[in-house]
Amino acid sequence: MYAFDFVRPKTVADAVKALQAEDAQALGGGQTLIPTLKQRLAQPSVLVSLTGIDEMKGVCRDGDVLVIGGGTLHATVAREARAHYPALAALAGNIGDPAVRNRGTIGGSLANNDPSACYPSAALASGATIVTNSRKIAADDYFQGMFTTALEPGEIITSVRLPIPQKAAYVKFEQPASRFALVGVFVAKYAGGVRVAVTGASNNGVFRWTEAEAALSANFSAGAVKGLKATAADLIADLHGTAAYRAHLIGVLTARAVAAAG
Amino acid sequence: MPKDFGIGAPQKRREDIRFLTGRGVYTDDLKIAGQTYAVFCRSQVAHGRIVSIDTTATAAMPGVLAVFTGEDFKDVGGNPAGWLIKSRNGEPMREPKRPVLAHGKVRHVGDAYAAVIAETYQQAKDAAEQLAADTVIDELPAIVDMAAAVADASNRVHDEIPDNLCFDWGWIEDNRAKVEEVFKTAPHVTTLELVNNRLVPNAMEPRASIGEYFPGTGDYKLTTTSQNPHLTRLLVAAFVLGIPENKLTVVAPDVGGGFGSKIYHYGEEALVLAAAKKLGRPVRWTAERTESFLSDAHGRDHVTKIELACDKQGNFLAFRTETLANVGAYLSNFSTATPTFLHGTLMAGPYKVPAVYVNVKTVFTNTAPVDAYRGAGRPEATFSLERVIDKMCRELNLDPFEVRRKNFITTDMFPYTTPVGLVYDTGNYQATLDKAIEVGDVKGFEARRAESAKRGKLRGLGLSTWIEACGIAPSHLVGVLGSRVGLYDAATVRVNATGNISVMVGAHSHGQGHETVFAQIVADKLGIPEASVEIVHGDTSKIPFGMGSYGSRSLAVCGVAMTKAVDKIVAKGKKIAAHMLEASEADISFENGKFSVAGTDKAKTFGEIAFSAYVPHNYPLETLEPGLEETAFYDPNNFTYPAGAYLCEVEVDPDTGKVQVCSFTCADDFGNIMNPMVVEGQVHGGVGQGIGQALCENTHYDENGQLVTGSYMDYAMPRASDVPFYTVDYSCQTPCTHNPLGVKGCGEAGAIGSPPAVVNAVIDALHRGGIKVSHIDMPVSPARVWSAIQNA
Repeated sequence: MYAFDFVRPKTVADAVKALQAEDAQALGGGQTLIPTLKQRLAQPSVLVSLTGIDEMKGVCRDGDVLVIGGGTLHATVAREARAHYPALAALAGNIGDPAVRNRGTIGGSLANNDPSACYPSAALASGATIVTNSRKIAADDYFQGMFTTALEPGEIITSVRLPIPQKAAYVKFEQPASRFALVGVFVAKYAGGVRVAVTGASNNGVFRWTEAEAALSANFSAGAVKGLKATAADLIADLHGTAAYRAHLIGVLTARAVAAAG
Repeated sequence: MPKDFGIGAPQKRREDIRFLTGRGVYTDDLKIAGQTYAVFCRSQVAHGRIVSIDTTATAAMPGVLAVFTGEDFKDVGGNPAGWLIKSRNGEPMREPKRPVLAHGKVRHVGDAYAAVIAETYQQAKDAAEQLAADTVIDELPAIVDMAAAVADASNRVHDEIPDNLCFDWGWIEDNRAKVEEVFKTAPHVTTLELVNNRLVPNAMEPRASIGEYFPGTGDYKLTTTSQNPHLTRLLVAAFVLGIPENKLTVVAPDVGGGFGSKIYHYGEEALVLAAAKKLGRPVRWTAERTESFLSDAHGRDHVTKIELACDKQGNFLAFRTETLANVGAYLSNFSTATPTFLHGTLMAGPYKVPAVYVNVKTVFTNTAPVDAYRGAGRPEATFSLERVIDKMCRELNLDPFEVRRKNFITTDMFPYTTPVGLVYDTGNYQATLDKAIEVGDVKGFEARRAESAKRGKLRGLGLSTWIEACGIAPSHLVGVLGSRVGLYDAATVRVNATGNISVMVGAHSHGQGHETVFAQIVADKLGIPEASVEIVHGDTSKIPFGMGSYGSRSLAVCGVAMTKAVDKIVAKGKKIAAHMLEASEADISFENGKFSVAGTDKAKTFGEIAFSAYVPHNYPLETLEPGLEETAFYDPNNFTYPAGAYLCEVEVDPDTGKVQVCSFTCADDFGNIMNPMVVEGQVHGGVGQGIGQALCENTHYDENGQLVTGSYMDYAMPRASDVPFYTVDYSCQTPCTHNPLGVKGCGEAGAIGSPPAVVNAVIDALHRGGIKVSHIDMPVSPARVWSAIQNA
């Protein structure tokens, strides 16, 4: 690591102020940032830890919406969302390993927007609202490509509001080495229709598979997506799978997610 | 009933208490007053000419104490290869110098060309970054693919080696014509082209070294992560730095896994010693994980074409192989032995095949050096054999169990001379196969397959019957084969005056459990409590000599040396007892810790004899020296030949290509068992690594020689969810005939026997599902299985 200053503010307002310093960097659970620093691939002047801000932690229900503080640990979501949004809790409970789940936060994951991360698929499939210190952003507007989001520099995700679906499931096919999603599909059924979000597969990061959404909105069954082909155009091709393989997995996992949602 | 102490008892490992409670002491744990930190500059390109290294700015940075480049070591020796292999035409192999730091050229990504020593680690890191920025390297085209390396004489890893070929080896060259004849007339020939994938060892503890120099005496001390401290001392002292052996102590304290990669001497060890002398201060270095990926000696990396000639009933007539073996950019210490004498000599397997010919071309490339990794050559041989046999069975519609059985060497044929130069002393391959079939419940397979099918999964059963040569030793034999060292081992048994015992052994334990098992053997032989026996290893200033731990040799070679030293202790004890009991030495017997006079109740305990040896008031001083300490060296007269049968059951998900190992059954013949719990642990670890090779681990260099799989984000290690609960049976025991313990060695078996069992199971599953795939290269990843299904 290169040398840096470290602050751990107690309030969102203080964190926002601290992030105005030149080359300041917000630190959530550090599950991506710390390894990046260790490899000397980033050189922030000051790390602003968000882990001391109590107002950004916790899971609560607001009518039909589940509200999760941006600084909430995956392990907490796995535990406390189970009664309200079991598919989301299951997703959180399968991120990384216990060490990761007890450090990593939902806000950190969404702000980083790793193309293979699990949470972006849940946020997008749920039509979530990303709440920051200054505004509210619809998930459809928030994810803007691999490691790219609508966040402005210094903007902090304070909470995530996820409408609770009638039925939902997330199915992840693990990349053999990292165990991130090689492909992950989150299916959520609402009164207004079905949303299907795919992570791990695209060079543009998480995306909605609209053809599957249409088919499933008409007929919510695994059979409804049979024969439906996800477009292979912008899909990732690497050592762990070709674009065609990922396209195929999107179909398989969507059907499995629908079956698991019941 | 298993014994509850001594030989054969399933004792828990005494060393695990410290390992599991964080109280082990590894190289990086040692803090030494005045210590300084070394950081290496490593090449970012696979192949390049070093134009200039400007050290001026770096040397002036805060905390920087010294800067070294290849220029500083150009006049010292190179790190040599331990085996001289000759090509088919009689020419000796090409041996380019392996320098402490790259000089003139860098030859692989991660090749260290400079080092910076500073007061703190961060200062050394900063300085190394500066030095890299002040270095000019002209990138040259990378040589990565072996076939292209041999074909293109214009692009050379080493300028003096035109075709990048180290040697072209034939084994046995005199068999070549005979084997060709067999193939011309054989009723059936099966051919298989396969890749034995390159593996990164990934020991949990990265390599680390601390160099010290004591100007008052001129002594050096190297504390390092070694499986082999005496060999490291020999190489650093005599070959590289020119330090007298008696002025260098090498200590390998607790070492967190090696799997072969820590057998060898590396340039970092020489650097910290030279730097310590120059600075008069200790110099330490611990590899970062990325450095381990880039610079530890890798394993395997063979491309092989194997042919099997047989009759229509599946009786083997001949095997023939052509292999390209990657040695990487430099010759690591065992790199030339691994693809030859640890590979070609095993190419008859446990079968009575009359004719075998093996050709290996060993190739330099711009990749990390490749050397022995758990199994070392024998997994490559076993994989080739067991895969081509399975393919032949499918082509001729024969039962793979029966084909192996009919080709086995039978128990009445031992000692058995193979056509590839080994003499198997004993074995019972039918028995281990029968045991595997029984314990693995082959009868119940069809029901399990039907159950899997109900869930949409394809279930398959894979078999591998393997043999290895281990207890790597007989000096007379390895000398003929090209080894430049002897391969005996040594132990000293020191009985203290109070009767407890220190045993100094040449074998080095880095996870194997010697501290427990060796103590069990000594305690059993002397009839004393195991707690009274301490095993000392890994320090050249304490132990008599040793050739280290690898090749499943610790017990079969060093353990036997230790037993022989114990025998000498008993013999001397009898002399002392005869004097004290006023009896003839011939009438003294030793049993259960007591020296007694035959036919009387007169006896002395072991403790009384030990005390008398050190307080010799009533002692035959005129004929016998006081003290009770004995050393033995042991050089066996043959390898040992563990063998066994492995069964693997897998489920393939045809929709995703994912393979799940459902069960893995081992029926092994390791000869006599000293501690069954440790044996099981060794087999579990070996099979885990074999499943890792078969399904997960892929070392991928791109066409520019960049290691794409240079971290755990892309290099897939097997995890708990990837392996099943193992069934390990070792009840078939044909004791080794040429060592007094009757032991054979078990450390590598799992890694040798398991990969073909896994791959055979996947191919079987696909065939049973109607998908006619003849081969999938390892690692059999989901993507590869899915592609194979699409292309079938």
